[in-house]
Amino acid sequence: MISQQVLGMNGDEAVAYAVKQCNVDVVAAYPITPQTIIVEKFSEYVANREVHTEFVPVESEHSALSACVGASATGARVFTSTAANGLALMHEIVYIAASLRLPIVMAVVNRALSGPINIHCDHSDSMAERDSSWIQIYTEDAQEAYDSVIQAFKIAENHEVLLPVMVTLDGFFISHTLQNVSVLPDKEVLSFIGERRVVPEIDVGGKKFKLKLDPVQPLTFGPLDLYDYYFEHKRQQVEAMKKAPKVIEKVSREYASLSGRSYGNGLVEPYKLEDAEVAVVCLGSTSGTAKYVVDDLRKRGLNVGCLRVRTFRPFPAADIKRNLTGKEVVGVLDRSISFGGLGGPVFTEIEALFSDETEKPKIINYVYGLGGRDMSPQLIEKVFMELNELKGKPLPKDTLRFSGLRE
Amino acid sequence: MKKGWREIPIAGMPWVPATEYKTGSWRSFKPVIDHGKCVKCLICWVYCPEGSVKWDGNKVSIDYEYCKGCGICAEECPVKAIEMLKEE
Ligand code: SF4
Ligand code: SF4
Repeated sequence: MISQQVLGMNGDEAVAYAVKQCNVDVVAAYPITPQTIIVEKFSEYVANREVHTEFVPVESEHSALSACVGASATGARVFTSTAANGLALMHEIVYIAASLRLPIVMAVVNRALSGPINIHCDHSDSMAERDSSWIQIYTEDAQEAYDSVIQAFKIAENHEVLLPVMVTLDGFFISHTLQNVSVLPDKEVLSFIGERRVVPEIDVGGKKFKLKLDPVQPLTFGPLDLYDYYFEHKRQQVEAMKKAPKVIEKVSREYASLSGRSYGNGLVEPYKLEDAEVAVVCLGSTSGTAKYVVDDLRKRGLNVGCLRVRTFRPFPAADIKRNLTGKEVVGVLDRSISFGGLGGPVFTEIEALFSDETEKPKIINYVYGLGGRDMSPQLIEKVFMELNELKGKPLPKDTLRFSGLRE
Repeated sequence: MKKGWREIPIAGMPWVPATEYKTGSWRSFKPVIDHGKCVKCLICWVYCPEGSVKWDGNKVSIDYEYCKGCGICAEECPVKAIEMLKEE
């Protein structure tokens, strides 16, 4: 482990600092609360010539990601960031970037989707993109946001993966909260992710081509791909997602030996789960609060634990199942909801994981924190108490509950 | 037999180079140049959206492997040297 400087930064600044260290060729972004500080801070680095990056100040998020797609297709290392309605405006290009297999890294500062208009945190924005073939890493604090951006480039650019990566941080809770962040020396970051992106070779009609836009070796990016091949290309994306967990775990291990920091195995982070009878599952900054409550309740003699899902896409099914098997009651905390569905997206998938098991935990869904409503230690404690009450009892009818909602 | 997903390039790349896609078969009308009338102004060469009008320094000709038969060249030709004939 190498010695590291400690800087006082909020989550947005920590992201911008990481991008500055990653030798990024192109950043195209449009400011939106609560992501604005990332763009502001990074523009300062550009103005001060601290980076060689071409900064493209575009007129919308749709253009931002479109510019990123073009730049990334040339083989450049590319970054962007957005939030909420900005991500929604990108939606069309989100799918295109993934299907063109461009390893773009995007910080999504989680914010509630309008309407009614709201600038505060929930996960409705990034959850709406969960089927788009982007890897999604949900971070717990500013330190992890910094670490994850660096890891994201290494994961995305891995030739087994070649998928774009979203690193999410909870709006305001992480983005605007000052924290001590340990940063690696610039040269260590670069030797970790590689000075420059290395583009893969592909076989086109028996000839080898570098997979990039290059006038010397012309390739067509994004041609019409109808019923005769579109399906096959989608299957390739399924395969890339299948290969991603191994890469994420490897990058996580390598980063740990460099920095001394790790977040579970990179996919999930269990906390005091082993002997727990009751557990909550959560994403993002709420996990920090949940861990605090776990410690507190354990002091009071309750056998409780917490599982943080760090990588939501690809969904770490085996890791989640292994960690939750044998628990008596599990509360899945969702900071977004699928209206008309069974509940939140995290719940639905975890429920599906156990569908064919006869011995399975009682799983209750708690939707919480929509529009930035605070998930206080008191609320999480209440969740644990309700779950604890279910021990030895049958699964109740009301498996979809709302935490922190006024009746 | 069409190729399976393991055999084709990733990223939605066509698995043959663009030069091997002959798109002239889409045409239902075919432009035919009357070189007796042509004054070599190259207006058709400028207007063709497909780059299918060729100029060899001496005369214009049509590349029927890519010409879609849109008729723009015939429309724009100032001396009406291009006739659109129905494809058989
Ligand atoms: S018919 Fe259309 S495509 Fe064909 S040569 Fe004329 S302008 Fe070009
Ligand atoms: S536009 Fe008509 S006259 Fe001019 S080059 Fe073409 S065919 Fe000849």
